[in-house]
Amino acid sequence: MADTSTPTQGTPPEGESRRDFLLYAAGAVGVAGTALAVWPLIHSMNPAADTLALSTTEVDLSAVAEGQAITVTWRGKPVFIRHRTAAEIESARKVDLAELRDPQADDKRVQKPEWLILVGVCTHLGCIPMGQKASDPRGEYGGWFCPCHGSAYDTSGRIRKGPAPLNLAVPTYTFLTDTSVRIG
Amino acid sequence: MSGQEFDNKIIQWVDERLPIFSILKHSAVDYPTPKNLNYWWNFGSLAGFMLVVMVATGIFLAMGYAANTLVAFGAVEHIMRDVNYGWLLRYLHMNGASFFFICVYIHIFRGLYYGSYKAPRELLWALGLLIYLVMMGTAFMGYVLPWGQMSFWGATVITNLFSAVPVVGDYIVTLLWGGFSVDNPTLNRFFALHYLLPFVIFALVFLHVVALHTSKSNNPLGIDVKGPQDTIPFHPYYTIKDLFGIGVLLLFYLGVVFFAPNFFGEPDNYVPANPLVTPPHIVPEWYFLPFYAILRAIPDKLGGVVAMFGAIIILFFLPWIDSSKVRSAKFRPIFKQIFWIFLAVCLVLGYCGSQPPEGEIVIVGRIATAAYFLFFPLLWVLGKVEKPRPLPHSIAAPVLKGASAGHAAQPMEKA
Repeated sequence: MADTSTPTQGTPPEGESRRDFLLYAAGAVGVAGTALAVWPLIHSMNPAADTLALSTTEVDLSAVAEGQAITVTWRGKPVFIRHRTAAEIESARKVDLAELRDPQADDKRVQKPEWLILVGVCTHLGCIPMGQKASDPRGEYGGWFCPCHGSAYDTSGRIRKGPAPLNLAVPTYTFLTDTSVRIG
Repeated sequence: MSGQEFDNKIIQWVDERLPIFSILKHSAVDYPTPKNLNYWWNFGSLAGFMLVVMVATGIFLAMGYAANTLVAFGAVEHIMRDVNYGWLLRYLHMNGASFFFICVYIHIFRGLYYGSYKAPRELLWALGLLIYLVMMGTAFMGYVLPWGQMSFWGATVITNLFSAVPVVGDYIVTLLWGGFSVDNPTLNRFFALHYLLPFVIFALVFLHVVALHTSKSNNPLGIDVKGPQDTIPFHPYYTIKDLFGIGVLLLFYLGVVFFAPNFFGEPDNYVPANPLVTPPHIVPEWYFLPFYAILRAIPDKLGGVVAMFGAIIILFFLPWIDSSKVRSAKFRPIFKQIFWIFLAVCLVLGYCGSQPPEGEIVIVGRIATAAYFLFFPLLWVLGKVEKPRPLPHSIAAPVLKGASAGHAAQPMEKA
């Protein structure tokens, strides 16, 4: 220190603050660098490319009679496809939106009123609600009933009772023909 | 710690360069232990014993297991039927988890009763709770590995708890799953973490013991050790007592392993996982039931999750919530009763968690949840109003029933 030519020798406060600055800057670079290095580790846990690639499912609807429902698999989750009866469509339409927990009109949830297509996963904690088979309980609103924690959905798949916060999700889908649909 | 003299020259040579023998002697042989510890003090070392059993059996189970959804269920059956003594390893491991939790729960409630969480043992208590939290994560992920129906749906429900987090909830769940549902990537990472976390527990246990040996063991009277006359060396007095405890534990543990190996299990987990059918009644393992009951008691998704995690987090603050300076419930007549009520509330919650959420069970679950959380503010008030019974002057005093018992001025006998 003694033999280096330091013009700041007579003004220690300035030298102190420059050293502090270097310390903080080095610390900040270290923290940011570590964060950047950790990101690949965390991101490796997100869905891999082959998982993302399994993103569409095509379904032939011709065999599904009115009042029937089928379950297909899309991205490892069940998708409910229900061929609704006129009475079910009617009861879904006449619900007052003000009394819904997650207000959404029935015609916003279907492309063709007779085909109700939903992700069959309860929005509470992910169980599969019952109501697809004729023998299943459908809950007091005629849609689906989740046996895990008692959530009940109506004939539009909207949450009506129980702990679930949201309606059953509507996946993106396209009708390829009148009797065939592509989900995803 | 170093500087010990050993008769054996080789031990002496090693110890001068790496003081492992000094450390061992200091913390496992000479460690001054209160002379009045009762049998409730056995459960810490019993929990440690169970950890060793779990790691030992787990390593050999891993050699017969494969973490792939196509083969996992079959791999567990392969262990059960084909691997030599595979049935024994699996039943020891499966029931070992239950007995590990039994030991830890008794250990926690012992700490609660005798005020072992109070100063200067706050960090000792917090480290114990951390061990408990990591244990719960490890046990949960281990339960997923056989890939039965309960494995799959337990994993689905528990991971979905994180979807209740506002804004980023769904991203967290996708990150946990590595996909759009519980699937092969989930099983793989759960196996990796299930193998890792016990070693994290070992590290935490090490810190727990360091903290214990710094602030020293509490005792049934809850008063401080006054000097060497109040203690005895850990070895041989408590090593032999712990060994006896292990013998008794093994009677129960092996009794279940050999005569009722599926007592703690759910029959549904012998049905292979089916992502399209939820079993009508899903329940977690028994050691999670009280928290499951709290989750279901709140009729709101986020509220339920917050209450469930809050029920554990609040225990970290117990040393500061409890305003009484007296540790042991022996000298706190009202706390003693409230302690037993609290224990009963936890058992009622456990029962509610095991039942379908219908009718009266919902009401009882809500009352018990309220009672659980009421315990903590009550503890704070109690410390202000309760009149504790007089504390003995030393650990030796109540035993020496003679003249010294009640006299403050009585000089301590010299050890």
